[in-house]
Amino acid sequence: MSSWRTRLLPPLLAIVFAVILTAIALIISGADPLQAYGTMIGQLFKGSTAVDTVNLATVYYLSGLAVAIGFQMNLFNIGVEGQYRFAAIVTAIIGGALRLPPVIHVIAILIVAVASGMLYAAIPAVLKVTRGVSEVISTIMLNAIVGGIVAFLVNADQFGVQTGNNIATREIAETGRIPGIPIGSGELFGFVVIAALIGGAYWFMLNRTRFGFELKASGESTTAAAAGGVNAKKMTLIAMLLSGGVAGLVAMPELLSRDFSYGITSTQMYGFTGIAVALLGRNHPAGIALGALLWAFLDRSAVSLEQINVSKEIAVIMQGVIVLSVVIAYEIVRRADLAAEQRRVGRALAGKGSSVSEGGAV
Amino acid sequence: MTTADVLSPNTGGTTMPVKPPKRRIPGWLKGAIWGLLAVGVLAIASYATGVNTLTSTNTAHTALRLALPILLCALGGLWAERAGVINIGLEGMMILGTWGAAWGAYHGGVWAGLISAVVFGALGGLLHAVATVTFNVNHIVSGVAINLLGLGVAKYLANLVFTPLSGNPRQSPPVPKFDTYSATFLSDWLSDLEKMQRVFISDLAGILNGLITEVAPLTMIAIALVPISYFVLWRTRFGLRLRSCGENPVAAESLGVNVYLHKYVAMIISGGLAGMGGASLVLLAGGADYLENQTNNRGYIGLAAMIFGNWRPGGLLGGAALFGYADGLQLAGGGTAVLALLYGAVILLAVIVAVQLFRRQWIAAALGVVGAGALYAIYWTNDDLPSDLIPYTAHFVTLIVLAVASQRLRPPKADGALYRRGED
Repeated sequence: MSSWRTRLLPPLLAIVFAVILTAIALIISGADPLQAYGTMIGQLFKGSTAVDTVNLATVYYLSGLAVAIGFQMNLFNIGVEGQYRFAAIVTAIIGGALRLPPVIHVIAILIVAVASGMLYAAIPAVLKVTRGVSEVISTIMLNAIVGGIVAFLVNADQFGVQTGNNIATREIAETGRIPGIPIGSGELFGFVVIAALIGGAYWFMLNRTRFGFELKASGESTTAAAAGGVNAKKMTLIAMLLSGGVAGLVAMPELLSRDFSYGITSTQMYGFTGIAVALLGRNHPAGIALGALLWAFLDRSAVSLEQINVSKEIAVIMQGVIVLSVVIAYEIVRRADLAAEQRRVGRALAGKGSSVSEGGAV
Repeated sequence: MTTADVLSPNTGGTTMPVKPPKRRIPGWLKGAIWGLLAVGVLAIASYATGVNTLTSTNTAHTALRLALPILLCALGGLWAERAGVINIGLEGMMILGTWGAAWGAYHGGVWAGLISAVVFGALGGLLHAVATVTFNVNHIVSGVAINLLGLGVAKYLANLVFTPLSGNPRQSPPVPKFDTYSATFLSDWLSDLEKMQRVFISDLAGILNGLITEVAPLTMIAIALVPISYFVLWRTRFGLRLRSCGENPVAAESLGVNVYLHKYVAMIISGGLAGMGGASLVLLAGGADYLENQTNNRGYIGLAAMIFGNWRPGGLLGGAALFGYADGLQLAGGGTAVLALLYGAVILLAVIVAVQLFRRQWIAAALGVVGAGALYAIYWTNDDLPSDLIPYTAHFVTLIVLAVASQRLRPPKADGALYRRGED
């Protein structure tokens, strides 16, 4: 298999295509594409942008992993968005109330995060397994509802603390925070290490354990897996819960290293980004990391476009084009490979029909 | 005319053919029965709780306005999924539609806005067709990408075109709205009836009154599209072929149906309907002009309404009405009205429990009793619901309804399946 080609070519093609398409859009709107791209890349080396990009990529990476676990089972967990925000608000409340010694406090917070993410993912999982409700629809509803839950819990009548104009949960004590790694003018989240470990665990689970094999098998074909003794319903439930558990960690880098509390104005939409990042990385842990970095770069650098009077939404268009063209590119390359393979076999058979044994390529 | 007698020889009294033992109730009658049942439940709840907003003219009017985008998206989903393409990109196409509507209406009046919204939505549908039909991309993946793209393109275009006009990149300048028409004579009589405060009659009058006052042409078009979709999809050759692509594309192909073409046409129509849904957010009096994030997941709710309606036009009309009502109620009446709705749900559950007992479905009946008890407990112990959660009434209703109802659903067989010509 020409695996490097099937793996690396499509994303590169997609990025090139997206660059060309957005360049056309930029020219139509009367801006200079070269200047725009130059400004975006130049921004990367200004101040703490590079470190910020990696920090944001850490968040996207976790979100992408959460989505990818569902994808392996052919489950479409759009609900990462809801799960991570639910976990964030619950963890922020409990973490802020706990009084524990340094390391134990962090561990307790992480456990709460995973558990609450799982809890919110359990709703669509149970509905799907017992009632056959499409997880796509139910998670979308739960994504919307979580906005209400956050607003309700952050309310001063419940757990919110008013500080100035902003209302958020009580700050997590010093003992519950994860120290950052100072680099240049910025500070890298300590959570980068944990995210990398989770990525490794994900890879190990999928490729080196029986559970991972069964997960992939039932994702490929439920009936075939059932014939092999895999309970598809159980796998759906577990995959959804695992996905929710990882989703629960998505907000943790920012919560434990930067914000220390969660409010209505806290960032959102990370869950949807995770879908795109997982698609970009083809569910492979290293691929997801690259996708997350690219996405974070586009997000962080787009801000600089305002300086040259270019709408920063061009980055969103670019992201949308990349996602769509990357899946199309994979398909085109797959078809081209298939056609090449067929031609090769055809040549080998037609050329020396008598000596198939020599044409070892077949 | 003698031909009539020749064509219908069975009309003569005694020679009636033997009826099949269990005749199915026709769909429209079923719908009417459900509708009357719903009004009955609401009437009782409104009488028992004293909350008139449940069936007031205002609520019905708001509900109709809010149900329209959901209805149009659900129709869009119906067209796509009947042709075998899962269209989760409805949201993105709808966003494109909102921008198109505002842009067209600002420059050329409401009808130009409507057409431009349909065109923009259809472009989104075309893109989805290119990705899923020609390139065999996973339907949901493509849909998510289109949602991203639709949002990005609309924001970008709004920034480019509307900022110089309104000074705000998130909003369009004020656009013209559709004129509205009322059946004045009828509505006067109905409002008199409503004021009499008689159980059921006044409630029915209130709801009907809300549905016939200040109706825009777009509203009429949208509602007419339900029977039109039914007729085209189920009563024409084209519709049969289109549905066959969603059931078994390989068989359709073997019978000479151009599957790709039918899927493309279905997707363009689907996108156009979603775009029209976007237009109904912008061009109706009482709605906002183009506003960033104004679609607020309605595309997804439309998809849910379609699933709730079992991939049928009549069913999705019911789904859209349900979600529109839940949304309109919370907007018109707030927390107390939603609490009263809970009371109505308890009554409905009681009816369902009675039916299940009659059918000897003990477990279902027991679950119904537990559910009704829980809802009644919430109703009894609270005077008002948390105001932060009220705006999500429609979402809660969607979830609960899907959990309770999605058991006898039958999606098109090849829905979401990847198909390539000449491959099995």
